[in-house]
Amino acid sequence: MINTRAAQISAELISNKRVGSYHHMVFSVGDIASQAKPGNFVAISVGGESSSMVLRRAFAIYRSTERGVNGGLVELVVAPHGQGSRWLTSLEAHDVVDMVLPLGTHFGIPTEPVRALLVGGGYGSAPLFGLAELLKSRGCRVDMVLGASTAAKIYAPLEGKRSVSSLTLTTDDGTAGIAGQITDVLPKLIEENEIEIVYSCGPMGMLQAITAVTDRYQIMHQCAVEEAMACGIGVCMTCVLPVTGDDGVTRMLRSCIDGPVMDGSRVVWDSKRKIPEGTFGA
Amino acid sequence: MTFLFVADLAGAKLPNPILTASGCAGSGKELSQFFPLSEIGAVVTKSIMIKPRSGRATPRMAETPSGMLNSIGLQGPGVDYFLENDIPWLAANGARTIVSIAGETVEDYAVLARRMRNLPGVVGLEVNISCPNVENRGMVFSCHPETARAAIEAVRRNIGGDLPIIAKLSPDVTDIVGIAREVSNAGADGVALINTLLGMVIDTNLMLPKLAQKTGGLSGPAIRPVAVRAVYQVRAALPQLPILGMGGITNGRDAFEFILAGASAVSIGTATFGNPTAVIKVRDELSAILQERGFDSLSDAIGFAHREVQV
Repeated sequence: MINTRAAQISAELISNKRVGSYHHMVFSVGDIASQAKPGNFVAISVGGESSSMVLRRAFAIYRSTERGVNGGLVELVVAPHGQGSRWLTSLEAHDVVDMVLPLGTHFGIPTEPVRALLVGGGYGSAPLFGLAELLKSRGCRVDMVLGASTAAKIYAPLEGKRSVSSLTLTTDDGTAGIAGQITDVLPKLIEENEIEIVYSCGPMGMLQAITAVTDRYQIMHQCAVEEAMACGIGVCMTCVLPVTGDDGVTRMLRSCIDGPVMDGSRVVWDSKRKIPEGTFGA
Repeated sequence: MTFLFVADLAGAKLPNPILTASGCAGSGKELSQFFPLSEIGAVVTKSIMIKPRSGRATPRMAETPSGMLNSIGLQGPGVDYFLENDIPWLAANGARTIVSIAGETVEDYAVLARRMRNLPGVVGLEVNISCPNVENRGMVFSCHPETARAAIEAVRRNIGGDLPIIAKLSPDVTDIVGIAREVSNAGADGVALINTLLGMVIDTNLMLPKLAQKTGGLSGPAIRPVAVRAVYQVRAALPQLPILGMGGITNGRDAFEFILAGASAVSIGTATFGNPTAVIKVRDELSAILQERGFDSLSDAIGFAHREVQV
């Protein structure tokens, strides 16, 4: 589904703060902030007027605020690990970027209060805090588990934790929380908190591993996938992944239009570098 | 005097010379939330094939200096779905449509051409005989004069009516003028120059080709000089053959370069990935530049770089 609320705007950078391995960036975007929902993302052109980088960069929305002294705001958490994100994180207050937002699907909110577990890997935690607030406002109990390779790569700001009943951390190197991976602690968290739905965001390998757990417990898993995108608006066909529909047919779907939020049990994981057998049109 | 921006692309009458490039505008719907499709000269569709295609495995894309590689592999739902869904939608939304078709065999081109008769809003046919992302590089029709001719002849025999046929050619040949001459003789009303160039990126962390398919088509500003050269050469050799120019056009100045080289209209592809409204930007900037440089019409500027000058 095309996100018909999307628009292309000039967004002014309000603040840019380093937090651990990441940058917390706040942009003034005007009224369109009210159209953003947890799970949606933005696409930003990088490198300025004479840039040699021709493709847009996609970032999950960490939080959106409808109004404040600077009008509507969106906040992003950016990891400066590539040429484009390094350019973006080098910007200063009052710099202006070309931004398209809000894009993609959003996390589905149950109509009845449920017991939800939110799972984030690295800066994949970003869209989960706004989701936690929304779930809590609907009467849901929200537990959260965040994991990363090391403590500096866990993004868990104080204000984000307010809506969460419990927060568990895991790091591969044991520098914060439990030493190990997120999936090591999932069964215990699901059982103890009688979890009915898991929401997640993070690297594809992690999402696949979570799906294996949620399938075993037969609970819903809504995950925001991370596929490399060139445009973010559905025209380049590069961010596809195989997803099985209600009709049982597997199709190559665009993660920018039919995602990023997808039903984890419908994604055909482990399909890097191959088209799964039987895919529509293969 | 009113400036005339109207374009005549091999018989297709368009309000302006700015088109999308095949495979860079989705089904049209995706871009229509950013501007009305009726605002541009025409929408060139992704290449339509007879059967549904899953396209290639991922990764399918790699950014390169001032460009990108892609190996989408013509993902699409097939001609039946396209005719039932995309064509009526484009017509209802006021778009002028140029349908791009691609086949694996000469017979495919014949079948597809027959399906393209009398469609609402369709003003032309772009025959993609140059997609680099096919199983067998030897089957890139436009890389050989004989296969290029056969595919275009099949379309000409089966299209009927006066729908303009534009053959899209690959720059990966030693003599693009020879191929252009061949398709012109076979019945093409014009040529689209250029498709992507075959390239490769190796991921130095994985120490493997970055794309699952290993090779991909290079596009973006990096290929613009190659494209301008191809347009200029074909225009010089075949001045009566209309040209749809493309390759790394990002702004009005770039489009002006193609018009000066001999293009009657231009397509915008990769720039749309970086900027959803790139086609509108190029349209407005080109119109302003032509008027600033004293042209009364677009047609006066076509091929202007070929004039004899005394130094």
